[in-house]
This record gives sequence, structure tokens and C-alpha cells, in this order.
Amino acid sequence: MRSRTIEVLVGLFLVAGIVAALGLAVSVSGYSGGKGDTYKIYAHFDNIGGLTKKAEVTLAGVQIGTVTDIGIDADYLVAKVEMEIFSEVDYLSIDSSVQILTSGLLGGKYIGLSVGAEDEVLVDGSLVEDSQSALVLEELIGKFLFDKVSE
Amino acid sequence: MFDFLALIGHQSISKLAGFGRAAIILSYALVAWPEPKSSFKLLVKQLYHVGVKSLLIIAVSGLFIGMVLGLQGYTILVDFGSEQSVGQMVALSLVRELAPVVTALLFAGRAGSALTAEIGLMKATEQLASLEMIGVDPLRRIVAPRLWAGFISMPILSMIFAVVGVYGGALVSIEWLGVYSGSFWSVMQGSVDFYDDVLNGVIKAIVFGIAVTWVALYQGLESVPTSEGISQSTTRTVVYSSLIILALDFVLTALMFGDV
Repeated sequence: MRSRTIEVLVGLFLVAGIVAALGLAVSVSGYSGGKGDTYKIYAHFDNIGGLTKKAEVTLAGVQIGTVTDIGIDADYLVAKVEMEIFSEVDYLSIDSSVQILTSGLLGGKYIGLSVGAEDEVLVDGSLVEDSQSALVLEELIGKFLFDKVSE
Repeated sequence: MFDFLALIGHQSISKLAGFGRAAIILSYALVAWPEPKSSFKLLVKQLYHVGVKSLLIIAVSGLFIGMVLGLQGYTILVDFGSEQSVGQMVALSLVRELAPVVTALLFAGRAGSALTAEIGLMKATEQLASLEMIGVDPLRRIVAPRLWAGFISMPILSMIFAVVGVYGGALVSIEWLGVYSGSFWSVMQGSVDFYDDVLNGVIKAIVFGIAVTWVALYQGLESVPTSEGISQSTTRTVVYSSLIILALDFVLTALMFGDV
């Protein structure tokens, strides 16, 4: 085989590899070139009920950030969830509330945020005061039975 | 009785010496500084023989595996009403596991055995000895370009396998089974993470490429210089490469995906 043909074929092979890499990045994984700057906010929950890291944080259903860390707050003995919010979203008022919701029937847990009415906004390191824990099935059943018994 | 012990001792020591020789070959072929002009031409030629010629089998296998995954996935998921997740299933299986492993196994069978046979024949027909005699280092001229060609081709082939497989799965699911194309792609994109899935798959492919090419070249250089010896080395390349690939796959998967 002539060496020129070989070179052209190898070049095409490498180009095919690059195209495959780009295809994997864009159409299979939906990578959009980094998420840009973020700031951290925290929230306390009595029960995170199956929330995991990398879960979405949404406002009106649109993603505004991700959950980056879940731990225990040793002072208050509740769950402390750390969230990273995109820097463009700088209008979350200080009296916003967070709630752990379920996506679909079998879906994973995510955090929904509702904005309040204050002028002051959440900044890096703020704690969201108003939080509502996940719905845990056993607590619901227990509550139902308790109400039934007391009737 | 002592003969038996002596045999075991002799086998172990010669296996150890074999590992040592393999390590020396690898490090020498990697570290020896290449001459810019001639080594690039050699590399391109080897990329052709190792990479481009494997492209057909990799692409066709990827297509059919993707199509089968789409079909089987749909059949199972439709019972749960989650057939839109078939894209996620196909993409994650391919990108995380099947693309690196199946590409490596096919690569070992096609390119690995070809490398071993070629080097084994060069050894048998004393071409390697004659090169040394005229002052050309056979490790630098013969082995190093083939080594680098293997390292470069494997990740590329693995990515091509994954992409062709995903599109094969899309073809079957969207065109023939009626899955809605919008949800196919968006559920897939929502669940495949670039760093955790795609890059990990590429890392696996690079590791497998190093393993397969190293085993193939070592077996070629160590082959008994007869026709029977060459056929034995070629078989050993394919068998050892496959076992090493599958063992490394488990180790890498446990490291990468074990803790989630």
C-alpha cells in the first residue's frame, strides 16, 4: 500500500475518533462545557428521606443548582445539606423555603425551592431557615393510624 | 519428589524472569527517545495496521451490540412502562462497560494476534537479530511504534464503538419500536455524566490498550522461533489478554463505581 494512502486513512481514523469523542460528550452525556460559577447555601432537615448527592435543586421546576454534600449538623443534630446554586441565580430571598420532593412515582428525590418576599438575598454560606423534610411513608401511615384511633 | 519441587521452583523463577523481561521491554520502548522524522512515519504505518484495519470489526460489532441492547432493553422495560429509559440503559451499559471491554477483547483477537504473529515471524526468520547486527535497535524501530499505535488506537476504537452502539440502539428503539425520540435522548443525557461515565470509560480503554499491546508484543518477542511456537504465542496472547482485560475491568469498575 502506498504510504500516502496509509497516511490519509490514519488521518481519517483519528478524525473519526475525535468525532466520536465529541459525539459522546454532547449527544450522549449532554455535557455543556462546565457549569460555571456557583455559590453555596445550606439547609437543615429532620429527615432527608433518600436524597442523594448530585440531586437537582429547582425553582419552579427549573434546575438552579445541585446538592453537593449531605451530613449531620453536630450542634442541632439534624441533617445539613449543602447546595451549590448557579451564580446567575442571585435573587433568592432570605426567607425562601426548601422542600424535598419526589420526581415521578419511582423517581429520585430532589430539592424544590420557593422564593419568599424579603429584599435581602441569599449569598455564599447562607442558611435557608425554612425547610420541609421529605415525606416518609412510615410517618404518614403512623399519622393516619393515630388520627383514626383518636376518632 | 525432589524433581517435582525443583520443577516448580524452576517454573516460578522463569515466570518471574519473564515478567522482568516484559517490564524491561515496556520501559525501554517507552523511554527510548524517538528520532522525530522516521519514528513518526513508523507510528503512522503502525496506526494503520493496528487501528484503521480494526475499524470495520469494531464498528460493525458496536452497531449490532447497540441494536441488541436496544431491543432487549425495550422488551424488558415496556413491562414497567419505562420504555423511555431504554436510551439511558443502552448508553450507560455501552459507555461504562461494554465499549471498553468488548473493544479490548476484539482488539486482542484481531490486532493483538496480528502483532504477536508478525513479531514472532520476525524473530523466527532472524530479522530482529539482523537489525541488531547492523546497529538498529529493534526495540526502538519495531516494538516502540507498535506499542504507541496500540495505546493510541484503543481509546479511539472504544469511543467509536460506544457512539455507533448508541446510534444503533437509537435506530432500533426510535424507528422500529416507537420510543419517542425526544425522551430517548433527554433521559439519556440526564443520566450519563461526562466525567463519571464517559471519561471513566476512556480511562478503562487506555488501560486495556496498554495491557493488550504489551502482552501481544511480549509474547511475540518471547515466542519459540518455529511455526508451532508462533501459533502457540498467538493463542497465548489472545487468552492472556482476555483474562487480564476482564480482571482489570473488575478492579477498575470497583474503583470507579464502587462507592458511587
